[in-house]
Amino acid sequence: MKKEWFTISVYSENNVGLLNRISGIFLKRHINIESLNVSKSEIDNVSKFTIVVYTTEKWVRNIVGQIEKQIEVIKAFYHTDDETIYQESALFKIASNLLFDERQIQNIIKESNSQIVTVSREFFILAKSGRRYEIDEMYEQFKPFGIMQFVRSGRISVTKDEMQISTLLKEFQHN
Amino acid sequence: METLKEQKTAQKTKKSIKISGAEAIIHCLLAEGVDLLYGYPGGAIMPVYDELYKFQDKLTHILTRHEQGAAHAAQGYARVSGRVGVAMATSGPGATNLVTGLADAQIDSTPLVCITGQVTRELLGSDAFQETDIIGISTPVTKWNYQVTKASEIPEIMAKAFYIAKSGRPGPVLVDITKNAQFDELDFSYTPCTGVRSYKPAPTPDIESLKQAADLINSAKKPFIVWGQGVILGKAEQELKELVEKAGIPAAWTIMGASALDSEHPLNVGMVGMHGNYGPNLLTNQCDVLIAIGMRFDDRVTGRLEDYATQAKVIHFEIDPAEVNKNVHADVAVLGNSKETLGLILPMINSKSHESWHNIFKEKYQIEYDTVIKNDIHPTKEGLTMGEVIEEINLASDQKAVIVTDVGQHQMIGCRYAKFKESKSNITSGGLGTMGFALPAAIGAKMGAMDREVVAIIGDGGYQMTIQELGVIFQHNIPVKIVVLNNDHLGMVRQWQELFFDRRYASTVMTNPDFVKIAEGYHIESKRVSERKDLKSTIQYMMASKNPFFLEVKVEKEDNVFPMIPSGAAVSEIRLK
Repeated sequence: MKKEWFTISVYSENNVGLLNRISGIFLKRHINIESLNVSKSEIDNVSKFTIVVYTTEKWVRNIVGQIEKQIEVIKAFYHTDDETIYQESALFKIASNLLFDERQIQNIIKESNSQIVTVSREFFILAKSGRRYEIDEMYEQFKPFGIMQFVRSGRISVTKDEMQISTLLKEFQHN
Repeated sequence: METLKEQKTAQKTKKSIKISGAEAIIHCLLAEGVDLLYGYPGGAIMPVYDELYKFQDKLTHILTRHEQGAAHAAQGYARVSGRVGVAMATSGPGATNLVTGLADAQIDSTPLVCITGQVTRELLGSDAFQETDIIGISTPVTKWNYQVTKASEIPEIMAKAFYIAKSGRPGPVLVDITKNAQFDELDFSYTPCTGVRSYKPAPTPDIESLKQAADLINSAKKPFIVWGQGVILGKAEQELKELVEKAGIPAAWTIMGASALDSEHPLNVGMVGMHGNYGPNLLTNQCDVLIAIGMRFDDRVTGRLEDYATQAKVIHFEIDPAEVNKNVHADVAVLGNSKETLGLILPMINSKSHESWHNIFKEKYQIEYDTVIKNDIHPTKEGLTMGEVIEEINLASDQKAVIVTDVGQHQMIGCRYAKFKESKSNITSGGLGTMGFALPAAIGAKMGAMDREVVAIIGDGGYQMTIQELGVIFQHNIPVKIVVLNNDHLGMVRQWQELFFDRRYASTVMTNPDFVKIAEGYHIESKRVSERKDLKSTIQYMMASKNPFFLEVKVEKEDNVFPMIPSGAAVSEIRLK
């Protein structure tokens, strides 16, 4: 079975040990987490994990089954890239003098659709949201001029299909 | 639903009282019907032990000689009684010593609640004396765990712990309680947990899949049932029997499923797996419909997966959705509690018999009997065999004893030849293969079924891993029968070395102490048998005893267990010698 990129979405209670429990499921199977993001979700007091893995569908199905049976997990899904809208965010810290010395820098900023978050005498910060390849491209363009700091977030994604978490929660409460 | 709500409100309005966290823990245990627990005291759990002292008329605490013994004893108790086993330990090493038991209970789905003391809230993370991150350590081997740092959390968490441990697919739960939470006071009132909003214990059976399964069963020419512990955990023994009889299907069991159906039921064709019976393994790859009930296609059952029952349509009755399609693809998955799903499918099943198909199992049994079984249980050679010991225990106990086995050759022989009339009679460490399991588990098993005979069958290796629990048997006069099958080797590893490592017996030869003298040191009546002429009478004598009894049987040193599916081979490649 061929390996591909999958986005796992986990809706859960906000519990202190759950991240450990979930990451252990990957560890046990020697599967690397490519990116991880935890945030609140559209439902009050429900957290959402967005986990990206590169593996086979057999394994992702197995993992989602194991995640879903954790007590505090409400529901877990996996999706291929086609089934989701997804983005990552990145911050670039670049020396301010380049802004004036290198004409090319201003072009990159314009073309990349990134925003200047702040400018000081020493540096300025650029924020960019988009697909990973767009951020990678921008990184490559800045690299020759020198990047003082760079950070990229984990993937965040929403599905094209509806996720019926509220309905599920009502069912759970009813039982 | 309405009555449940009323109950809840009634309980909630009960007047609460102000007590310490430690006392609250005792009240929670009592509210859950616990009257027995195993454990070992230490600094961080002392407030709870102080309360145990005050409540000793209501709650019996058994001091094991090692925390691992406490966990296994609680497992033995749970497995035989169907209730939640409880073990308690202090922080640090006390807690880490429970881990093997937790892992064993996790893989064998045994309901346990383990309570550990923890350093006080302010000291967490400071590398305090006997501080260990038992939540982090136990996470992969527990169904659920939780660290209580406030006394007020105790009633809700304890209620949740018991609910989670016993509901759905059971498993171990660990509650770690900081010392301040044991000392501090709370307004105590207890409401049993009836649900957790993110947790669905058992899926609701789906009628469509039941119909598909029934169609497959009804049209099958060579159907074959393999059941596992899910039948016992779901209390579905009667439903299994009815299904087997109505549909006339030969049925085999995994090691964890043993005793759910009478060993001598005509359609019980034996054990599957690495050292299971010849017919059921071989014919797994000839059946047309494989009906798996409450089992998880462990590698010791399936052998090489790519060649496991590929010709068959597979129906999987299973409570845990994560087990479906995990190892073996299910053509039809019937999700739900086994009692419920089997009960629902029974009316859809046509009465049938599959005589000629069943006859093939009988033929294969005859082949196995002639080449293996006869020599195991009625040997003509001089040395004693493990098989004949088990057979004598069958005879002396009228097949009514609970048989607790450890891990290794004696376990395989024990499970192959022990006969059962009653469910929950085969207690063994199936999934984890924990040497040292049997002696403490037998203590728990006996205390969970005081009206039954409990016989622990242990190898000389595993026995010495938890031998200190003889102290518990002695102190509390727990009338378990301990049979050590001594071949002066780590027999199963030695067998593998013989077969697959050119007889290089690396670290498998044991120079053993005088086991009889050790047992006598604990004032346990003991005997040793080295010759066949003494075997029957000594086992009869042992079984007639009302007290704890230790029997060492010197068996042949280099016997092997057959049949055998070599590691990585297909079930159909099972070897008879």
